[in-house]
Amino acid sequence: MSEPSTVSRARKLEIDPVTRVEGHGKVTIRLDEAGKVQEARFHVVEFRGFERFIQGKLYWEVPVIVQRLCGICPVSHHLAAAKAMDAIAGVDAVTPTADKLRRLMHYGQLLQSNALHIFHLASPDLLFGFGAPAEKRNIVSVLETFPEIGKWAIFIRKYGQEVIKATGGKKIHPTSAVPGGVTQNLCVESRDALRRDIEQILSWCLLALDKLKQIVAEREAEHKDFAYFESNYLSLVGANGVMDLYDGTLRAIDSAGGVIFDGVEPCLYREQLIEEVRPWSFMKFPHIRSLGRDQGWYRVGPLAQLNCAASIDTPIAEAERRLFMNIGAGRPVHATLAYHYARLICLVHSAEKIQQLLFDDDLQGDDLILSGQRRGSGVSCIEAPRGTLIHHYEVDERDQVTRANLIVSTTSNNEALNRAVASVATTYLSGQEITEGLLNHIEVAIRAYDPCLSCATHALGQMPLIVTLEDAAGEVVDRKVKQ
Amino acid sequence: MNAVADQKPLRILVIGYGNPGRMDDGLGPAVAARISGLELANVSVDDPYQLSIEDSIEIAAHDLVWFVDSAKNGAEPFDDRRVQPASQIAFDSHHLTPETLLAITAGCCGAAPEARLIGVRGYEFGLGEALSPGAAANLERAVAFLRDEICAQTGGPR
Repeated sequence: MSEPSTVSRARKLEIDPVTRVEGHGKVTIRLDEAGKVQEARFHVVEFRGFERFIQGKLYWEVPVIVQRLCGICPVSHHLAAAKAMDAIAGVDAVTPTADKLRRLMHYGQLLQSNALHIFHLASPDLLFGFGAPAEKRNIVSVLETFPEIGKWAIFIRKYGQEVIKATGGKKIHPTSAVPGGVTQNLCVESRDALRRDIEQILSWCLLALDKLKQIVAEREAEHKDFAYFESNYLSLVGANGVMDLYDGTLRAIDSAGGVIFDGVEPCLYREQLIEEVRPWSFMKFPHIRSLGRDQGWYRVGPLAQLNCAASIDTPIAEAERRLFMNIGAGRPVHATLAYHYARLICLVHSAEKIQQLLFDDDLQGDDLILSGQRRGSGVSCIEAPRGTLIHHYEVDERDQVTRANLIVSTTSNNEALNRAVASVATTYLSGQEITEGLLNHIEVAIRAYDPCLSCATHALGQMPLIVTLEDAAGEVVDRKVKQ
Repeated sequence: MNAVADQKPLRILVIGYGNPGRMDDGLGPAVAARISGLELANVSVDDPYQLSIEDSIEIAAHDLVWFVDSAKNGAEPFDDRRVQPASQIAFDSHHLTPETLLAITAGCCGAAPEARLIGVRGYEFGLGEALSPGAAANLERAVAFLRDEICAQTGGPR
């Protein structure tokens, strides 16, 4: 490895790709001549192209095909597409059995996806500290040092997958949600098997939440100040502002908690949101139309889901929400690391919702599918594990998709990711010493958002972490490869 | 390991993982589908988009695990190697390596099945649902190899 140039000029540090972040992202930090951070950007270098991939597909095939977009949250895309296709099929409200079966599937997805992030990705940082050696910051070390926590992770994940399998036909690629409803109900045998374990799952979720609260209390200042910035927030909410992660209307609030818009039907999202393209990233930059590019960016995900909700309709999660909101002292909670705390409350809420639904006899109903007058377009919103997910399709008279627009959660968090990187870089990076700990602080900030940058391929031979230091002319003056 | 010698049926798991919507990244699931279609005795098959921590539970219930993935480079038509438990940090968030998954299996479930990894060489990883011609040819060779290996291990007919 060559020594960094000592010539006084602007340099560029690149981290490519980000460890334990889906897809291929690249972090660029520009240093000025004094060695201070001048600018930080979180790039997305892979062109998705999925919206064009969907064009020409028959609309009823889309809920299955669209799962290929993401190996992490195929269920979210499956359900979002099915909801949009309900509108195209002319069905404004599916039957109670269909609605509840989809909701159960969705909460299974939220449970397993949030558990994966909390335990597999975030817990090494949270349990061992951000400066811990790289070889320590992984799930295997968590299992060795905190075996009980490791087991919670695995069995909560497993349970979530079982819920998806029972409701969707398959644990990875569900097929049951179709335009107008579902193809199956929940059989009594599956229901009883899921009922047997839900109490244990919920208790593990609560133990995990207690552990997180303990960590936050022990390192309060760090958790409060790390990558801190204020923002607007966007989320779906149900009637009266109750948290509803499956269906509802759009609510946006500002950094003080004031309502920007509320009660917006998903089909009218374009009246409120606009997507901007910037030349250095393949990800779009959505923002609130009325506030403009500079003031209208917002955050989505568990933190937004809690900040936007007036209440939660499950008792334990509601009690925890109230405690959580106390952090903001009447204003929204803005800390980047509060995403983890919020995600755990959403995990508990998902387990409670599953428990509720498993004792609802509508899930054994036989009225599964409705039909209506075909329409040319359909829009849906759902709160995926990473936040608000919007699917918008247009279909021609031959039933083929002519246009698709998807705003995925990570796209909505695009500006926030940049600001998080910039905040951490300004605090922790200076000079020419690029240590493992410094790099991981940047990744800690990015991981809080659990970004899913694209449907990454997972072929053997993926590139390792590469750190490149370049001067203003693009010449590489330092390069690190972390295998 | 020979099931015939000790009369104890060998429990084999084939996990072919990848994304069929990304052309040759679907080689793993394609191999899994073909092996599943053979309906071999005592052979379980799974085809996730990617490996995940809860797969450790299923792995722990088997004596031998065949991981099948696509490979962006390396030997043609495929590479076959034994894999051992190891703590590795993956370079994307939700992706686990077979080595890490085996380490989780050992740590959480106290099980250490024998494990091998077949990396079937792929060439095209863009959006699309079909394998490239080269990958399709490699698929045939990999399926034949895996079928013969499993039959040798279980003492079943080829």
